[in-house]
Amino acid sequence: MEQPLSLTRNTAGLPTGRLGVWWLIASEVVIFGGLIVSYLMFRVAHQEWADQSAHTNTWAGAFNTLVLLTSSLSAVLAHQAAQAGNGKKAARFLRFTVLGGSVFLVVKAIEWTTEINAGLTISSGMFWSFYYTATGLHGLHVLAGMVVMLFVAADAAKNKNLHRVENAGIYWHFVDLVWIFLFPLLYIAK
Amino acid sequence: MSTTAETAIPVEHVHQEGFVRKYLWSTDHKMIAKQYLMTGLVMAILGGYAAYVFRMQVAYPGTKVPGWGLVTATDYNALVTNHGSIMIFWVAMPLLMAAFGNFLIPLMVGADDMAFPKLNRLSFQIFLVSALVLVASWFVQGGGYGGSWTSYPPLSAKAEYNLTPLAAPLWLIAVALEIVAFLLGGINFVVTAMNNRTKGMGLLDIPIIVWMIVVASVLFMASVGPLVAGAVMLLFDQLLGTGFYDPAKGGDPVLWQHLFWFFGHPEVYIVLLPAMGIVAEVITVFARKKLFAYKTVIYTAAGVGVLSLFVWAHHQFVAGIDPRMANIFSITTMLISIPVAEMLFVYIATLYGGSITFPVPMLWALSFMAEFLLGGVTGIYLGAVGTDVYFHDTFFVLAHFHYTFFPIAIIAVFAGITYWFPKMFGRMMNETFGKVHFWGTVISFNFIFIPLFMLGVRGDHRRIYDYTRFPDQMQPGMQGLREFATIAMLVLLAFQFIFVANFFYSMFKGPKAAKNPWKANTLEWDTASPPPHGNFPEGFPAVYRGPYEYSSPNRSDDYWPQSAPS
Amino acid sequence: MLGKYVAQAASFSGEVDNLIVLITLCVGFWFVVAEIVLFWLIFRFAKRPGVKAKYISGDLKKEKRWVSYPHFATLVFDALILVSALRVWNEMKVKMPQADETVRIIAQQWAWTFVHPGLDGKLGTPDDIRIVDELHVEKGKTYHYELASRDVVHSFSVPAFRLKQDAVPGRVITGWFKPTMTGAFDIQCAEICGIGHALMPARLFVEDHDSHEAWVKEHSPVAEGG
Ligand code: HEA
Ligand code: HEA
Ligand code: CUA
Ligand SMILES: [Cu+2]
Repeated sequence: MEQPLSLTRNTAGLPTGRLGVWWLIASEVVIFGGLIVSYLMFRVAHQEWADQSAHTNTWAGAFNTLVLLTSSLSAVLAHQAAQAGNGKKAARFLRFTVLGGSVFLVVKAIEWTTEINAGLTISSGMFWSFYYTATGLHGLHVLAGMVVMLFVAADAAKNKNLHRVENAGIYWHFVDLVWIFLFPLLYIAK
Repeated sequence: MSTTAETAIPVEHVHQEGFVRKYLWSTDHKMIAKQYLMTGLVMAILGGYAAYVFRMQVAYPGTKVPGWGLVTATDYNALVTNHGSIMIFWVAMPLLMAAFGNFLIPLMVGADDMAFPKLNRLSFQIFLVSALVLVASWFVQGGGYGGSWTSYPPLSAKAEYNLTPLAAPLWLIAVALEIVAFLLGGINFVVTAMNNRTKGMGLLDIPIIVWMIVVASVLFMASVGPLVAGAVMLLFDQLLGTGFYDPAKGGDPVLWQHLFWFFGHPEVYIVLLPAMGIVAEVITVFARKKLFAYKTVIYTAAGVGVLSLFVWAHHQFVAGIDPRMANIFSITTMLISIPVAEMLFVYIATLYGGSITFPVPMLWALSFMAEFLLGGVTGIYLGAVGTDVYFHDTFFVLAHFHYTFFPIAIIAVFAGITYWFPKMFGRMMNETFGKVHFWGTVISFNFIFIPLFMLGVRGDHRRIYDYTRFPDQMQPGMQGLREFATIAMLVLLAFQFIFVANFFYSMFKGPKAAKNPWKANTLEWDTASPPPHGNFPEGFPAVYRGPYEYSSPNRSDDYWPQSAPS
Repeated sequence: MLGKYVAQAASFSGEVDNLIVLITLCVGFWFVVAEIVLFWLIFRFAKRPGVKAKYISGDLKKEKRWVSYPHFATLVFDALILVSALRVWNEMKVKMPQADETVRIIAQQWAWTFVHPGLDGKLGTPDDIRIVDELHVEKGKTYHYELASRDVVHSFSVPAFRLKQDAVPGRVITGWFKPTMTGAFDIQCAEICGIGHALMPARLFVEDHDSHEAWVKEHSPVAEGG
């Protein structure tokens, strides 16, 4: 199927794809924003939550933060490589980012399993409801980002659609940023 | 990249498409627009049918309604809930935003398609699925969901309260999917209008309806997020036993109300703005007038959008929020009447000095202004917190928002359909049938909802399937008003058959439409009716002036297409 | 005006009605003016042969006046309405006058339970009178109510009082009213609460001093028990 010709326009001076990603991110920001604000309202009103949140594994959370930050860095490097026209290299960095995402998810999965085995499920209290909802929703975004990156990397390896490398990266930074908010709220504030 | 290098799509590229390609898997914005249009109209029939059944029950409690049967309390609640949900999410949204947005934006900015055609297709497919999920929810065990379109927990959260263990989550999923569809759709509206404009089209050369749909999309995106989060939480309450909204588990039912109305209020302006856009296009063409104060219209639209994010709690004045908070929300609510009023004044001023003709689209557009005014001013009684205590959840509120929604979702949509029908289907609609349908609809509409205002003032509450249990609501004359409203509704419904007949007859048998039958300025009239695949086979038009240069003193014709070189 | 159709049975009913009249005058004026101007323009500027439409951009200051003056005027009317509306609201819902008696109202799917204080005038004592779907109060006394819900959100609505308050599970919401007219009035549930939402009618009986006392005596569980 041929692409619409007008797609090649950019009256606003910004690449169309990037505009799309920003829109996506903006709408996600309000979604997570709604969740986080609701959480904060409850948290402020219910100090007793502190007891519940004492059970999250801060070290696992901190490690995951590090992992995500590293993966964001390699997304930046992928973008640089793509700008330099080196699709192969960009794809390598992207796949490294995907690897970071997988590590993140594995750690997360281990955390969830231990918590569930300890009897702390989504219905064992408001803190845990928020914890599973927020990290679960975030995890889905990580997963989605990984899938997208694999596709973009496959293209990039063939030096196709290099502009998408940047867009995938922007999205990944956003996923990272959400975690930067969730980590202190769910793991540190005790 | 410059646009000068663009050429039209060579004709041989416009290949013959198979049925699936063409109707189900199309990425052509015009086809997607028509898909939204037809889905929206079919849903309107369902919503109208529901209104018919429950209004019959209110007027003649306990009788067997022809075409339904006995209306039980469960039926009644489910019908009202689904009527409201359908009309807002599956009629107003798809028709005003998606059908007109998809059809008009690429044409009006001189592009050959949306910025992300595949996303556009995905958006419609998700929308279709959401509609099917909603319809499916009526047939599951326990019957349709009856917790009202606002779906307050704990009623909506627990099956033991709402007694619809399956329909409640299905309803929620349907709404959530619909929201996703419009988030995906919005991206296209905004990016296409921003990025795909043709050569010469500056920001102030964009037709108002495009602006309106863009502002509405941004507003939708900005307000719906918390509701998405809230819907996930509600779904978990329903299915996983969490207690976000359950006070027994430390949750708070009022949280949902905040999340819902933070979206629910902007939503009414999200549908208002595109309707205002349609009216702007139609009145300028048929008054042969330049739009009065074009920039003011855009500013007021933006102002309405921003303000609308700060008024949500006016739906919750008596919901248990801090009564002092109500003062603040009453003030913001009154403030929002200013930009809305200004917008209406501007439209009225546009008529001044015009040379007005009255074909069917113009009749609809003018009646929109006349009718919406009443819906708007009755909002003031509700925004003024002292009177809202009395009016809250009475038929006064109901009549208020039907006086806004009906003009928006029915009258403005009819204005749009009759105006762009030649462009969409390449044929003219029948004027006589159009006028009969117009008068029949608009007059009977007033006869439905004026009595409901009166009933609301006398204390009739919403969602009551049978008033005979309330002695004060059965005083002489009150049941008569209810019957009167129902009879007016039957008349209104009867007149819709004329529209349906006219719509389909004209689609296949109407006289062929010329390129620009209304002598309008905007770019969609610059190509064949209907536009071929690729929209502008003779090359993309360039734009030389604003969209509303009617009756310019510099020209003998009383219109001046945007694309005509001076 | 409204009093003709719905009794004004509480101290603030009249004020709400006056506010309704005030708003009707303010917005009614604008509504009528706007409609008249609209229709006048439609008829005045209907197409006449040989007359071309005017070309007015509306961007000049002196043209914009035509919408900006009405718009400032609207602002003034808005302010006027707001001041009165907030006054009524604060009177009804923010200020809490001293109570002579307190009643407890408990909503549930689908009935109202009213707990009257009984002979001693105090809630929470053994002589409290609990009845379903009937609230008895005395004319002229100031009542506080404590509104609670057992299950979902309901709304306690008495049109004759112009009073409405949602009952939210997990909270006890207090408010007040002062009946000023004897008679029997409808209590409706104003928030959808499930299939029996329409089946929650209750009656409010406002009685004068003597008959209220008689009613309390007759229903007092302590008096009955001996
Ligand atoms: C598109 C639909 C739409 C629109 C445009 C509006 C517009 C307005 N609405 Fe309405 N409203 C609804 C749809 C809409 N509403 C719905 C669906 C509900 C109920 C939901 C539910 O509970 O199910 C509702 C409920 C609702 C409530 C809650 C009532 C309750 O439940 O207790 C309130 C309260 O403030 C309110 C206020 C307003 C106001 C102030 C405006 C303003 O924007 C109106 C502004 C316009 C004008 C004022 C007219 C033009 C101005 C003039 C002619 C100048 C003169 C004016 C003055 C002097 C002020 N609306
Ligand atoms: C866009 C919004 C919209 C629209 C247009 C309508 C239209 C109508 N509404 Fe609706 N209504 C709501 C939104 C809307 N409603 C909402 C949000 C609620 C609250 C729900 C709740 O409490 O939860 C509500 C509730 C509601 C009630 C309250 C019930 C109760 O609380 O007890 C009533 C009662 O009279 C009512 C009546 C009507 C009637 C008679 C119409 C008529 O005007 C209907 C007219 C429509 C048609 C006749 C359809 C026309 C068909 C076509 C145009 C299709 C043509 C098709 C082809 C060409 C293929 N509505
Ligand atoms: Cu209780 Cu409605
Ligand atoms: Cu609102």
